[in-house]
Amino acid sequence: MAQVKNRLTPFFENITFERDDNELILNFGPQHPSAHGQLRLMLHLQQEQIVKAHPDVGYLHRGMEKMAENMIYNEFMPTTDRMDYIASSSNNYGFALAVEKLIGVEVPRRAKVIRMMLLEINRLMSHLFWLATTALDIGAMTVFLYAFREREYLMDIIEGYCGARLTHAAIRIGGVPLDIQDSFLHQLRVFLNKLPQNIKDYEDLLDSNRIWLMRMEEVGTISTEMALSWGCTGPMLRASGVAWDIRKEEPYELYDEVEFRVPYSDKGDNFARYRIYMEEMRESAKILYQCIDMYEKCVKDGETELMAHAPKYISAPKLDIMTQNYSLMQHFVLVTQGMRPPVGEVYVATESPKGELGFYIYSDGGPYPYRLKLRAPSFWHTGILTDLLPGHYIPDVVSIIGTTNIVFGEVDR
Amino acid sequence: MRAYKPKDNVQAKAYYTDRYYVAPQVPKQDVASDEVFAADLEAIKAKFEVKDAYIQVGQMVVYINPHDIYGVLELMRDELEYTQLSEMSAIDWLAKSNQFEIFYQMLSMTKRKRIRVKYFIENGQAVDSVEKLFRSADWAEREMYDMFGIEANGHPFMKRILMPYDWQGHPLLKTYPLEGDEFAAWYEVDKIYGKEARDIIGPELRDTARVDRYDSERFARLGFEVPKGTEITGNEERHVESYQEEGGVFLIKKYDKESSVVIDDPQR
Repeated sequence: MAQVKNRLTPFFENITFERDDNELILNFGPQHPSAHGQLRLMLHLQQEQIVKAHPDVGYLHRGMEKMAENMIYNEFMPTTDRMDYIASSSNNYGFALAVEKLIGVEVPRRAKVIRMMLLEINRLMSHLFWLATTALDIGAMTVFLYAFREREYLMDIIEGYCGARLTHAAIRIGGVPLDIQDSFLHQLRVFLNKLPQNIKDYEDLLDSNRIWLMRMEEVGTISTEMALSWGCTGPMLRASGVAWDIRKEEPYELYDEVEFRVPYSDKGDNFARYRIYMEEMRESAKILYQCIDMYEKCVKDGETELMAHAPKYISAPKLDIMTQNYSLMQHFVLVTQGMRPPVGEVYVATESPKGELGFYIYSDGGPYPYRLKLRAPSFWHTGILTDLLPGHYIPDVVSIIGTTNIVFGEVDR
Repeated sequence: MRAYKPKDNVQAKAYYTDRYYVAPQVPKQDVASDEVFAADLEAIKAKFEVKDAYIQVGQMVVYINPHDIYGVLELMRDELEYTQLSEMSAIDWLAKSNQFEIFYQMLSMTKRKRIRVKYFIENGQAVDSVEKLFRSADWAEREMYDMFGIEANGHPFMKRILMPYDWQGHPLLKTYPLEGDEFAAWYEVDKIYGKEARDIIGPELRDTARVDRYDSERFARLGFEVPKGTEITGNEERHVESYQEEGGVFLIKKYDKESSVVIDDPQR
């Protein structure tokens, strides 16, 4: 990768190593603060330049696919929280949608709106977290504090909804368990009204910051071919010139009813990815405003259903369970034995904040999935480091890992 | 007599299944019902043998021969615009037919279509690596090897990826128990101290509800607990484990209700 000469010129440039082979192997991580989790990188260095990179993952491997094979479908839901724990509702949602496609149920409209709100709040949380940690890695402490403050407000809203800050388990197969609390819309509106100014504050701090530009511009450039070949999705792919957003191209929930843009760039470098995260936050805010209107319309139209009606697979509402014998029996069977989806397989991809989150489920008609494959976007975004890092210098490693936005909960699963 | 437990699948089983229960099927559509898929299938059929093809939940599933996989994916990438390999892995059918089912999840961004290419291999058979076509297969095939022990011919670095390099066994096989086998249970002990230390160190405590210091009978004697195994005399001295230091903590004030403020709106 071409490095502009006057930028990261090594301080000890006048010292040359006179051995034939002066390759140094640097072990980066797995406990490095800017490794964003448990990433171990073995870097082969020629002076400060990387000639070979070997990412070593698996330090957070918990065998989620194995666990899924030994759990009934509803039991697995809280485990999905632990994949991308920065935006756990998006994992819940991906799994719930996959099972819903498998059993063929349609979720009530009000639940869809609530799910969309949760998903977009999670996207904002994830992007704010990304901005905070990446800025901190580069050295911009102020942005870190600002972005964490905003993220905290969102976590308060989520906590009010489901009681948890990080591991939400806020979505069920067939809908959502609860309606949103009274203060939800008000708090969200207050937050959204402030958000444009907040984003502008971050941009004022970063966009023309000399250090930020030096660490970001023309560093970690991913070509379109490379991004496609490595299975990159989400902001990683959109920064490399492909305007592919699953919410737009294969709409799920009510994403075909809301208006939003898909920001993309043909630069492919760190700075392009940074710009895309910032623009996506604005688009999420736009979607959330529309969701609030949709929710209020649901309330006005008297749509109160939150769970799909499919007695074979999904428990009846609590009121029915407590008053009707058959609903109680059904609930008992579904809790103790679990639902038995039809025989077949399904692959469902959703746009999580990190990229394409896919759930492949093979059901053999039993209460446990016969095979469940989690397609986590960060896995491939870590793999691409093998090809991306060579040619870069050591300081670039930190900013590249930062902008790939990898979370090891979902790399290692 | 002990109940017979099959050794070839040690995963969780449904404890009750109705005798007359017949599992329904996820509906399959004919490929001809979607013209994009039909055209793609024709293009594949022109060069390779297709064993079965149908549409399920909006995606086409194509069964091919194992040795055709490189050619099929190359054709799909170069001519049919399926430019991304989203995912690939295996399904363990060893107990049923001594086979693995391999699937490749392909995505076309221009057509907005997804195709799943599948084939069966025998136990012990290797697959052809498609790493030359899609770099994403590099890590996917390594993961498949790690989890199932299926090797990929022509892969540049066929090593474990998630489990440690010196691990034994392949965790996603149905014969591999959820809690791990004997090797897994003693992995750290064997590696750090050697096998002879197993007796000294003892097995790992896996029961999360286990009480080590005080047994469950002594929970009722709050403040008067005795170590496990000792006799209760009734004359134990009271010992209070307090988490608040008596003289207060440096820099931290004691909570005072009068002078505290309740924040209703955190965004005030």
